[in-house]
Amino acid sequence: MVAFANILIGGVFHAAVLFLVAAGLQLVFGVQKIVNLACGSFYALGAYFGITFIGYAMAAGLSPWLIMPGLVVAGIALGFIGPPIERLLRSVYSRDESFQLLLTFALVLMFQDVFRFVWGSNPRSLDSAYLIYGVINAREFSVPVYNLLVIAAAIATAAGLGAFLQRTNYGRILRATAENRAMAEALGVDVRRVYAVVFTVGVVLGTTAGALVVPTAAASLDMAIDFVIEAFAVVVIGGLGSMRGALVGALIVGLIRAYAIVLYPEAEVLAIYLIVIAVLLLRPAGLFGRPVT
Amino acid sequence: MMRGATAIIASTGTVALALLPLCAPSYYASLTIPFFGYAIALLGFNLLFGYTGLLSFGHAMFLGFGAYGAAVLAGMLGIKSFDAVLVAVMLVAALAAVPIGLLCVRYVGIFFGMLTLAFGMLFYSFLFKFYHLTGGDSGMHVPRMNILGLEFAQYNKIEFLAGPFYYYCLVLLVIAGFVMWRIVHSPFGLHLKAVRDNARKAEYLGVHVHRFRLAAFVISAAYGAAGGAILGFRIGLADPELVYWTQSGQLVFMAVLGGFSNFFGPIVGAFAFTLLQDQLQSLTQYWRLVLGAVLAVIVIGFPGGLAGLADDLRRWLAKEPA
Repeated sequence: MVAFANILIGGVFHAAVLFLVAAGLQLVFGVQKIVNLACGSFYALGAYFGITFIGYAMAAGLSPWLIMPGLVVAGIALGFIGPPIERLLRSVYSRDESFQLLLTFALVLMFQDVFRFVWGSNPRSLDSAYLIYGVINAREFSVPVYNLLVIAAAIATAAGLGAFLQRTNYGRILRATAENRAMAEALGVDVRRVYAVVFTVGVVLGTTAGALVVPTAAASLDMAIDFVIEAFAVVVIGGLGSMRGALVGALIVGLIRAYAIVLYPEAEVLAIYLIVIAVLLLRPAGLFGRPVT
Repeated sequence: MMRGATAIIASTGTVALALLPLCAPSYYASLTIPFFGYAIALLGFNLLFGYTGLLSFGHAMFLGFGAYGAAVLAGMLGIKSFDAVLVAVMLVAALAAVPIGLLCVRYVGIFFGMLTLAFGMLFYSFLFKFYHLTGGDSGMHVPRMNILGLEFAQYNKIEFLAGPFYYYCLVLLVIAGFVMWRIVHSPFGLHLKAVRDNARKAEYLGVHVHRFRLAAFVISAAYGAAGGAILGFRIGLADPELVYWTQSGQLVFMAVLGGFSNFFGPIVGAFAFTLLQDQLQSLTQYWRLVLGAVLAVIVIGFPGGLAGLADDLRRWLAKEPA
């Protein structure tokens, strides 16, 4: 029972990080209709940059207690790469989706070497920095507080994004653009700007997720290509373009992984893709997506 | 006219490849082996992508069928004939492609890509995680085999690859190319193009859309396995990296680099890619950056790929005779 609860928290923590990246993927797909393979690279970029940023900040006298806010700042600061990359993607909006997919694949390849160039090929980490926030111990049940904070941050992000998309004026404009680009444009929406904003938000979600994960795990060169494929499983299960889908999909994938590692390690990844295939076959639109025509 | 030009291109390419081991160091000849593997796999891939309009993002799975199939047949069952292994892995891949294809061909566009990607990752995680069956991340050994019943025992591995095996692969590529040429120029190939251009109209005209897509999928799987067997034989190893999704991405990369709307495009793409990758790797450890930039430039500026560039050049020359 104790182990069960610990695994649960571990799974939800993983799900929280997955949700942030998947939410970025969903937002970009929902509005721009592009499957962005590079979202895993943004995640890895956030992780690497987070380590460097915290390293400098600590050297400059940052209190260890401010690690988490510091990482969030680092993630958000990386948003500046959003507009230029969106500008690059703009040249293929009208093309076949295979070209769009390939262009983001090109970004994945390039980012891979940027990481290697800047941070080297050895994994980098913040040595167990999350312990600064302490661990909640109740009998044998123990949870690092940091993990709970990240879960809370992900929930807050989900709520914030939901409120932004549903309640604010700009959120309505985004949804209108996703619905019908030509009509939104005809009604005076600056679609170029909307695309740049959406893509940048997508980037920030990815980089922040990556930055938040480094106190608990090392940043490595493979994390970009490994993580994007998991985020992809999340959005397929949840339904392309759906925020609610990203949330549920992330929980499903995160929990399955956490339990599979303990119960039957061989099936850790296998189980996820069996579910992906089952969902695609039975409900190709995903659990919360719109039906495919 | 067109047929004549094509025949000239094909035979010039074949002769050039046949002369390569004679005038280049054996390093280049053995480097060219992966090109043959990729070129054969891409001929099949392009039947699906270029001619049927289905972008598979899990095609590395079939390379895996070929390489792991060779490892199992030759390494565990002791079948030492590469010809037999080649035929067997193609059959196995084709058979495995039937149920997978039946599920996938109901969709097009991004959903087809995602389903094939999911199947590819399923196979990858099987290879990667079931250590006792597949060797996990260290892969499975692919032993040396004879070709056409001849051992060539007097050659060491490099000499064997650069000599007899090189010509063996060249002949395979020519056969594979010829068969594919016949396929795409048959009524069957026309059906595929009709399905690609307007599936609903094709269906209205009595074409069994799913059946034709499935047939293309199965053929491309067999080609993929043949390519994978060659790749596995060359390095003597079947390893899970060959099946990872980035490898599938690389196949798409090669097809687009060469130009997927041209019959020879994938072959050109495979050649350009292997050469470029090798040269870049010897120059810098940051070769992915350059490859990624090349891919971006092609996707944005030259969607026709190298074959498209050649076409443009020819048209330009025809318009302005010197």
